[in-house]
Parts: sequence; C-alpha cells; structure tokens
Amino acid sequence: MTRVVCENLSKTYKEGAEKALDAVSFSVSDCGIFGLIGRNGAGKTTLVRILATELLPSSGSAWINGLDVVQDAKALRQEIAIVPQEARPIPWMTPRQTVLSYLLWRDLGYRVAKARADDYLALVGLEGKANTLNRLLSGGMKRKLMVATVLASEANVIFLDEPTTGLDPLSRREFWKLLKEICQDHFIFLTTHYLEEAEELASVIGILDQGRMKGVDSLDGLRRVLKYPYSIRCDTSVIAERILQERVSGEILHRGSQLRVLTTEDEALALAQVFHDRHQKVWMEPVSLEDIFLHFVHDGEGLL
Amino acid sequence: MTRQSQLLAAVLVNAVYEKQNYPIVLLNTVISPLSFLLLIVFVSNGALIGVGIMGGFIMSMFSAGMALQADLAHLKNDFKLQDMIVSSPTSQSIYMFGMALAEIIYALPALVTLTILGFLFIQMTLLAALGFIIVLVLIFLMSIVIGFLFSTFSSDIVQSFSFSRLLSTLFSTIPPIYYPITYIPFPYRYIAYLSPTTYAAQLSQNFGGYLELPVPMIIFSWVVLIGLTLFLFVLSAKRSKWRE
Repeated sequence: MTRVVCENLSKTYKEGAEKALDAVSFSVSDCGIFGLIGRNGAGKTTLVRILATELLPSSGSAWINGLDVVQDAKALRQEIAIVPQEARPIPWMTPRQTVLSYLLWRDLGYRVAKARADDYLALVGLEGKANTLNRLLSGGMKRKLMVATVLASEANVIFLDEPTTGLDPLSRREFWKLLKEICQDHFIFLTTHYLEEAEELASVIGILDQGRMKGVDSLDGLRRVLKYPYSIRCDTSVIAERILQERVSGEILHRGSQLRVLTTEDEALALAQVFHDRHQKVWMEPVSLEDIFLHFVHDGEGLL
Repeated sequence: MTRQSQLLAAVLVNAVYEKQNYPIVLLNTVISPLSFLLLIVFVSNGALIGVGIMGGFIMSMFSAGMALQADLAHLKNDFKLQDMIVSSPTSQSIYMFGMALAEIIYALPALVTLTILGFLFIQMTLLAALGFIIVLVLIFLMSIVIGFLFSTFSSDIVQSFSFSRLLSTLFSTIPPIYYPITYIPFPYRYIAYLSPTTYAAQLSQNFGGYLELPVPMIIFSWVVLIGLTLFLFVLSAKRSKWRE
C-alpha cells in the first residue's frame, strides 16, 4: 500500500523568500519506518507539518493513504497523529491524564479512552508512573509518553518529528527499541538529523536538503546510486599507504590511526586480496549513511 | 460522542487537571476580582458594594478571555498541543469553544462567590438580571475571541502573558467597572468610552438601579457590545492561524 505521495510540493513562508520546500516529489509504500534525514533547516519539519495537515502548501499536492492533505484533511485527521518537534507533556498533568485527554480530543468516549490510556502506558513501560506528575518524569520517559499518547489513538500513520533530540545515548537506544516494536503495526514517518538513527530504524530513507528531496530509497538502494559504494579501511602503515596510492584513484582519508578509501565493489575486493596477500589487516564494508548523505547534499561532489 | 468528548478534553486540560493537581490555583481565581471589590467597599463606606459586585463579574468574564489567550499561547508554544490537535479530528471552533468553557469553569470559584454576594446585596428584577447575564455573556464572548485571535499569533510566552495582563488592566481595571462612570470628570470620561467594558458596566449599573442612563445611551451601549463582538468573531475567523 502506498502511504505517502508528494508531487511537486513547494512551500514559501513569505513572498519573495527562499523556498522552504522546492518541488518535492516522492512516494513511500508501507515500510514500517520511513526516515527523513536532513540538516537543520532542510525543510523536514515543513514537510511533516504539511503532511500532518497543519500547514498548507504553496503549490503541489500530497496524499496520505490516498487522501489529499488539503481537500480531504478532515477525513485524513482520523488516520494520522503527530508528535511535533519539541512537543512535551504538560507538566501539571500525569501520564494517564495526558493520554486520556488526547484520546478524548480524538473522539473516544471517556471509559474507552481511560482503558486504552492504561494499555498504552503499559506498552511503553510507564504503567508504574501513570499517576506521577509529568514534570517529575525523566527526558526519556517524557518522549515515551508522547509516543504512547499518539499510539493510543490507533492512527495508522504516525509522524514523529525529531523525537530523540536531546536524549542521552542510552535513552535513545531504549526509544529505538520501542519504535522497532511499534512499527510492526504502524507506518511511522520519522524525521531526524541523527544519521545513525535513520540507519538503525528506517527501511526507507529520504534525504532532504535545502528544501529539495535528493533521494528516497532503502539504504542499499541509495548505495547503488553511488559511484563508490564500498569502503576500505586499514591501519596506517607505510606499506598500506603505498598499496592504496598505487591502486586507488580516489582520495585517501586519514581517520585517526586508520586510512580509509571509498571505492567500487570490484576494486574493494581486489584491494582486500592484495592486503591479505601482504599480511596486512583490512576492513571492507558498504559505505555508511553518513557517506551517502554527504554525497547527496554535495550533489555527488566532495567526499565521494 | 464527538463534541462532548472534545469539550470534556478541553475542560480537563485547561481547568480541572490544573486545579486537581495544584489546588493553590483555586485561590488565585477568587482573589483578583474580590480584592478590587473589597477596596471599593472600604473606600465608599459600603455605598458601592452592589456596583463593585457587578464590576467583579465583568472583570471575571473579561479576565477569562485574557487568561484564555495566555493559556492557549502557552499550550501551543511550549507543549505544541495545538499542533497535535490541528492534526486530530477536533475542529478549530470546538477547540476554541472547549477551551473557553474551561476558562469559565476555571473562574467558577470567583463567580460562585460573586453570585452569593449578589443575592445578598443587589436587588433587581428578573428581566434586569437577564439583561445583566446577557451583558456578561457578550463581554465573555468578546474577550475569548480577542484571546484566541492573539494566541494563534503569539510565539513567545513571556510576551503573551505580558500582553494578557496589559489588556486585563486596560479593559477591566482602569475603566469604571467598579464604580459609576459619573465619578469620572469630563473630558476624561470620553477616554473611558474607548473600552467596551465601560459600556458593559454602565448597562449593568443601569440594570441594578445604580445609574440612570438615557435611552439613546442604552441603545448605543448595546450596539457597541453586540457590534464589536460580531466584528471580532468575523475577524478571528478570517485572521486567526489554525491551519497555517
């Protein structure tokens, strides 16, 4: 099922100003988690706000579950839910009150909402904190609460706009675990500027830069577009440097005590064999999302 | 189920939970209108107690709208609640109405206290009481529309709270709502007429028998209150930013 379709979607906040979104076109099928990556100010939040029916586009069209985000907004709002960027639970309320009130906003009756609030707090491991004031929760718990709140709506498309910003590494990993569990039953549209987060969670990744969608595909699909989809790493030594200089046309990068080059699959295999024959340690791996991201935002120039 | 649930959500979020979890706010809602009432009663040796009670009602109703402005801006900017609600089945009008209803419930302790005092110290006919209630409803509607309009534009909570306090002072403390307008000498009286609460107060005082108003002034006061309320409703519908 195609979940999201955008056709030439553009947004300009003020007449004459730079476009926040510039003719964005892409489509995403049901894939668990779609990860939208981009630098700060790339247009991620603008795109999410348009898709979540909060913001009107300047031109172009978009559909979620086949519903037009402008024409069918009323019907669409039954099917989507969003945790906006920087959203946080109201401090003078408790987690149970937070989820319950959100479900009431979404039309549910009080009894159903109350029961469902407890179920979803348990799902995210907050059942023991249901009656604690939100201001007393840790940062990680607050994020889990926000996710439980929208999940409880049982909307089938959930937008999470940079949900892990500011979380410590451990809390972030716990949050990832939760997202991996819930994406079995929901389509999650996740924006992040943490590349490792998108790499870890998303089965399809979109790269947005300066309001333009530079690429949308799985990690492997994005790699295939690259001229050099493989990376060779080895410990720094005179021999290693000489081998690389003789056989690699691209730039040799010095990373701490290691050397790294980006190359084709065939060249990488050949190089690995040479290193092996000379009893030198070598690591060969597909390029990371960071490499791919840098390639796309530099229009194929620069690092790759 | 739709509207009842959504209205209940607004009342819970914007009134009940806050009072339930922080009972101290109950006191806050009573003190403001009653403090001015006490002051007026002492200064006038009790002569203006009826006018003061009516002024307390007007201040409570107008302050409810101003509080709505600050509350909505706070919930929108600091917790992104409005963004979450825009993407939900709740409409702009239900959100606004629910939050406004919550402000009335929030102000209930003050309104109940003033009602008891009103029964004790004000004598008016049923028709006059009805007129007074309509005036209060108009002032409330006018203030919530102003509040909602400004809250959708506000992006900073400090500015929002300052603005809310400024409007409350300008429209519900400085104008002659706790005393008759005849206490203000000309030409300053014309300045008082710049505030819609002045018209509400003089109509109320007329209903209570504290001020004799000529018929043209009664008609003019109603026209100002109703006209301004309608104008602000239209302006709010056209200009407020729900879906940006």
